[in-house]
Amino acid sequence: MYEGVVQGLIDELGRLPGVGPKSAQRIAFHILAADPDDVHRLATALTEVKEKIRFCTVCGNVAEAEQCQICRDPRRDPAIVCVVEESKDVVAIERTREFRGRYHVLGGAISPIEGIGPDELRVKELMTRIADGTITELIIATDPNLEGEATATYLARLVQPMGLRVTRLASGLPVGGDLEYADEVTLGRAFEGRRQLDV
Amino acid sequence: MIIGWGGPGRGVGASARVGAVADNGDVSLYRDEGIVLRTQKLGEADRIITVLTRAHGRIRVVGKGVRRTSSRFGARLEPFMHVDLQLATGRTLDVVTQVETLDPFGRTICADYGSYTAGTAVLETAERLTAEEREPALQHYLLLLGALRALAHGEHDAGLVLDAFVLRGLSIAGFAPSFAECARCAADGPHRLFSVQAGGMVCTACRPPGTVVPSPEAVALLSALLTGDWPVADASDARARRDASGITAAFLQWHLERGLRSLQFVERRGDEQAESVARGTRGGGGVREEPSATSEVERLYREIGDAEVEQA
Ligand SMILES: [Zn+2]
Ligand SMILES: [Zn+2]
Repeated sequence: MYEGVVQGLIDELGRLPGVGPKSAQRIAFHILAADPDDVHRLATALTEVKEKIRFCTVCGNVAEAEQCQICRDPRRDPAIVCVVEESKDVVAIERTREFRGRYHVLGGAISPIEGIGPDELRVKELMTRIADGTITELIIATDPNLEGEATATYLARLVQPMGLRVTRLASGLPVGGDLEYADEVTLGRAFEGRRQLDV
Repeated sequence: MIIGWGGPGRGVGASARVGAVADNGDVSLYRDEGIVLRTQKLGEADRIITVLTRAHGRIRVVGKGVRRTSSRFGARLEPFMHVDLQLATGRTLDVVTQVETLDPFGRTICADYGSYTAGTAVLETAERLTAEEREPALQHYLLLLGALRALAHGEHDAGLVLDAFVLRGLSIAGFAPSFAECARCAADGPHRLFSVQAGGMVCTACRPPGTVVPSPEAVALLSALLTGDWPVADASDARARRDASGITAAFLQWHLERGLRSLQFVERRGDEQAESVARGTRGGGGVREEPSATSEVERLYREIGDAEVEQA
């Protein structure tokens, strides 16, 4: 144990995801040795993010205003909405520059064992958005794992009667790999998501 | 990469310990087949995986790098997967060094929401009924394997599979409910009264406080689920199923220290029917009957549930 303030910092750092007690100690001593300006900038960034950032009232993405940049952008197609689990998935998809529609951030995936059902996610908000008739296609881009798949199953069944096109991101094989090394689940999904070759 | 242990070949066989690796001193490899019950994130890309194995009971092991999309292990070490594992003994937790899929149950189970929610409750029940880690639990294992197979193949209503699993799992754990003779004095049935505390149906002479009167159809269904009489179970009506699942849940709750988290999310066929009738797709022609003992059972279940919560 270290003296109060230092131990306090180590404890706080240790609560961050992926930071064990050893790393927390290392980071704490790095901060102690660092230039005061650098540390000040870090502290400001931490407090600012909590003060300024909120969640977009339309899509649930992180936003600096009432609505996020994407929801405010008139060039983004409001008829196509991509449903993701977290804001970081929005960032990942934006990086591809493939998608020109809008998003809906659920805030996680259905996980009964963790006590997360549809009511704990932004499902009701999605239904409200769909109800006004603007959205014609829903792309479900939840994680390609068990909980993401189950969430996709749930959403697809829920929105089907509302008469819009529902698609799921194809869960493909990693590019640059050999087919024989793919696991059965990925390979199975890749079969389901196969597409027409135009010759 | 961790895969390169240079251990014995990948051929699938019976579970067995396979000797120490020369250049690793105390590291020994062993092999077992199992079903993944739960996964938890560990560090940046690893997971702690809870597996119910055939020979070693319930174990917690580490899957290295399985959260990376490039991992060949990731998809094989998800809940519901039935796998053949090779493990290396570690200082605290053993580490997965090889995985082969035996049955990818998760893929079909998560394509049906009712199966997924029932299946999740099956996994959580299996974890809770195998109280001790590394305590061999072959019967629980075989029961779980059968339940997941039934769910994946859609052989029976998912809710019935869950209830059958719970009742039989409780029996294996030493809490067999009695649906024919009196649970207290063993007087021949049929009896009308049911008591969770007494462990099943009770005669009027034994009647403890807090009994309910389930319909004879519900009692017949419970008995069929316990003994594996599927023709009878499959033919049961919605009301009997509701009553039976209420009683089963109450039983389970009574025997566990704290309630099952996933149970409240289980989607019963009644709910789904109502939904499919609303959208007019599936022919859910089942008539919604008035609840009989259901409300009573539910009240009882809630009371027990609350008591358990306070204890926890
Ligand atoms: Zn937005
Ligand atoms: Zn009696």
